[in-house]
Amino acid sequence: MTLTQIRTQSKEPEHPPRKPTGATGMRLIVPLQGVVQGRGGLILGSLIPCALFYFFHLYLKRHRSANPSSNPPSPSASSPNLADIPRTASRSNLSSRGSFGPGRASISTRAMSIAKPNDSPYYIGLDKVSGNPYDRTSNPDGIIQLGLSENRLCLDLIEKWMAKNLRDSIVGTDGDDLNINGITTYQPFDGLMELKVAMANFMSRVVGKVVSFDASQMVLTAGATPAVEILSFCLADHGNAFLVPTPYYPGFDRDMRWRTGVELVPVHCRSTDNFILSVTALEQAYNHARKRGLKVRGLLISNPSNPVGNLLPRERLFDILNFAQEKNIHIISDEIFAGSVYGEDEFVSMAQILEEEDFDKNRVHIIYGLSKDLSLPGFRVGAIYSYNENVLTAAKRLTRFSSISAPSQRLLASMLSDASFIEEYIETNKKRIGNIYGLFVEGFRRLGIRCMESSAGLYCWADMGKLIPSYSEKGELDLWDKLLNIAKINVTPGSACHCIEPGWFRCCFTTLTEDDIPIVIERIRKVAETCKSPG
Amino acid sequence: MAKALLLFVRRAFFFSMIKICKTILTLANLIMGLEIEQPTVGLSKVAVSETHGEDSPYFAGWKAYDEDPYDELENPSGVIQMGLAENQVSFDLLEEYLEKHSEASTWGQGATGFRENALFQDYHGLKSFRQAMASFMEQIRGGRAKFDPDRVVLTAGATAANELLIFILADPGDALLVPIPYYPGFDRDLRWRTGVKIVPIHCDSSNNFQVTPQALEAAYKDAEAMNIKVRGVLITNPSNPLGATIQRSVLEDILDFATQKNIHLVSDEIYSGSTFSSSEFVSIAEILEARGYKDSERVHIVYSLSKDLGLPGFRVGTIYSYNDKVVTTARKMSSFTLISSQTQHLLATMLSDKVFTKNYIKINRERLRKRYEMIIQGLRSAGIECLKGNAGLFCWMNLSPLLKTPTKEGELSLWNSIIHDLKLNISPGSSCHCSEPGWFRVCFANMGEQTLEVALKRIHNFMEQKKTETN
Repeated sequence: MTLTQIRTQSKEPEHPPRKPTGATGMRLIVPLQGVVQGRGGLILGSLIPCALFYFFHLYLKRHRSANPSSNPPSPSASSPNLADIPRTASRSNLSSRGSFGPGRASISTRAMSIAKPNDSPYYIGLDKVSGNPYDRTSNPDGIIQLGLSENRLCLDLIEKWMAKNLRDSIVGTDGDDLNINGITTYQPFDGLMELKVAMANFMSRVVGKVVSFDASQMVLTAGATPAVEILSFCLADHGNAFLVPTPYYPGFDRDMRWRTGVELVPVHCRSTDNFILSVTALEQAYNHARKRGLKVRGLLISNPSNPVGNLLPRERLFDILNFAQEKNIHIISDEIFAGSVYGEDEFVSMAQILEEEDFDKNRVHIIYGLSKDLSLPGFRVGAIYSYNENVLTAAKRLTRFSSISAPSQRLLASMLSDASFIEEYIETNKKRIGNIYGLFVEGFRRLGIRCMESSAGLYCWADMGKLIPSYSEKGELDLWDKLLNIAKINVTPGSACHCIEPGWFRCCFTTLTEDDIPIVIERIRKVAETCKSPG
Repeated sequence: MAKALLLFVRRAFFFSMIKICKTILTLANLIMGLEIEQPTVGLSKVAVSETHGEDSPYFAGWKAYDEDPYDELENPSGVIQMGLAENQVSFDLLEEYLEKHSEASTWGQGATGFRENALFQDYHGLKSFRQAMASFMEQIRGGRAKFDPDRVVLTAGATAANELLIFILADPGDALLVPIPYYPGFDRDLRWRTGVKIVPIHCDSSNNFQVTPQALEAAYKDAEAMNIKVRGVLITNPSNPLGATIQRSVLEDILDFATQKNIHLVSDEIYSGSTFSSSEFVSIAEILEARGYKDSERVHIVYSLSKDLGLPGFRVGTIYSYNDKVVTTARKMSSFTLISSQTQHLLATMLSDKVFTKNYIKINRERLRKRYEMIIQGLRSAGIECLKGNAGLFCWMNLSPLLKTPTKEGELSLWNSIIHDLKLNISPGSSCHCSEPGWFRVCFANMGEQTLEVALKRIHNFMEQKKTETN
């Protein structure tokens, strides 16, 4: 039986069937309910259900061909859009269909849901901006993009480096560092060793030189997106689940779930805790998943956090490691913003804890990439860093589907090995992000909008709760719509990040220059005036 | 009601099994006073599955090569790699172009070029690159088919393109019909993460391994008998490992079959630019054009620059689909396998240069043809015949007369002696699921002419020895 549908997040636990046909029904159902929940002794709890199952299976086998609808249908109840899609169920009659009307070979069930137009505000906003992007000179009335966490503040430094080092063609003949000789042919799919070594050194520098990363424990992928998906494929089976603290990066819904069939169970964090994960919430979410019959395979954390921008304190990391040990699950630590820490707080990588303390390393896997810290999302460089040999072996084999283009590997290996350039870059980057952050948050403060305390990332987490018409997801989306279509600003609403408290928005500021900030603030102010809820 | 009850009973069953196991374990624990060890954290089924195929003989030969690689000067008695379909015969043309056109590898003057490129991660792909790919594909087909740049979806290599397409066209447990012999990598690329099965379409040497309508029907019936739903046919044209193009009439038959069964047709045309003469290759695109694109929504073409342009390290593949939904879905899914924007920019410049591409395609074809003739002659003079080929980077060699027993074991034992005594790594037909034992795929384009001479000499000596042994 195949569950090929990607289940949308449903918050209610599934109920056992409740259709008692009168009193006899109740007498039958109630004790069986206990059985389902794992209660009941050996006879009632084990043998009777086994027998029931066996007979049911026999019944179905006999009646399968006569009644195809008795097969477990794909769980489409949660996705009403699929009701009208032509059903070519995987087990329906296989006799030659001959003329299937105006024959249209259909696509797979899992592709159906992906083919639907994006209904998340995260993606809708991004699309709208690309249709009408702001430009100070050529399109001053366009939509300003604050919904894409991209860092443009230090591209000038990279340009300078390129200009200096790319002066010769990339086809040098005398062992020039950047020539393509020797890299046009098949290379190891998990990345050139020279780049792995350079990445390991860069990562070490980024976390403040307190950890050294081993290049042989690294697997390189075409961006962090496939890195996340590959880990999801390696650590969980179809139908299993990962716990993810909310609010989280909207892309996880795609990266972890689309093709893997894995589910994400939210672990709700609250503003009272500064949106920092608590162990109670973890336990609650874990038990909730268990009740729904989901097997939890791991916990996915982002540290520094996206979209909030805060750092997990050391003690919390201990708690997480203990929790994972106790439940025997994996931990995926997405540290892609590790190099974008501008505040005073100390960033502690999982790698650092593992080096200092005695925890089971086999369950920890770190994700990194150059899209945020080195402003090169186009070059597609991501990394999986794991302490688990088996995971590394499996992940290595899977990188054949997502390898980094060799000339880019060569170029970046060269850049990352330039220690003085990297040193200058990391320091300047932090300063500039901190600077823009300060100006941006100050501008918001003057509008009466407070931002959550954050010390990392390319965005701030703003509380616009006072501006929304009703304290609900609908109210939040109304404001988002106003901001997008009237103020012409694209921000990411908290609901797209599964935040449990309405009114929060992620605003990325590293695509702006200092001069753009007043314009942004002014536009928001105009909308804010019209939104001020009475009292 | 039935569905709910089944779910309920299934759950009850599993809980009860867990209970039984727990009871047994606790009893065992009590009896033996053992301590239950903390279980190690588990991996997924995909992670531990053997579908990656790296333990098959196809890859075992590579190990032999890695341990003792041939080098003209350093290791003249080492293993010669003839199992890797890589094209190195035309690298000098690429080198020459890049030396003359530095703007391809830098971003020209001015800041905007680099900046935009560094930030560009749009899954639509660089428009200029898509246009360049579409026109390159047209040129390869001698202008006999048109390609729309908006139907080009970019992926990091054809491996990714094939897998992605299967994710879209089939559900886990469904099947694809693939003619045997086929590229061993398909077992992994089409099945591993997708959960889709491959049902072989039987072809044999009686008609040069061509696909027949009877074989197609038989394969479909095989799938039906196993209760598996067929979602499509996947062909490689020109064929790997046969090294021959598929004839127009056969393509028409396959397309008709797919239409009649209402299934998809995927045509992997990765070697289309490696046909020895342009006129001999017929693309499925040409057939569709001749039919006025009627009912073309079931057809999808996979292409890549790894073979024709000899750039497998660059990781450039594409899906070209005539189905709008497949194009949109594939594009979104390509987020997992985007091509570096730097590479897109470089190749866009190179492939838009029509003078360069025309010249390259012509010369590449010529050089491959010469190599092919060289190896065929060499083999023939040693008494070995090959399938008549007209494309690709390899030939399909028939060693069945040398087999001790006409079985798969006989073939593998012969292959073993070729690796260890002849020191040549070639691919046994069984790894390509060939139904007749004794066929081998031999690659000739991944080495210099000198090396090929050495390999042919070794084969010649081996055959001489065999002749004297039987006399």
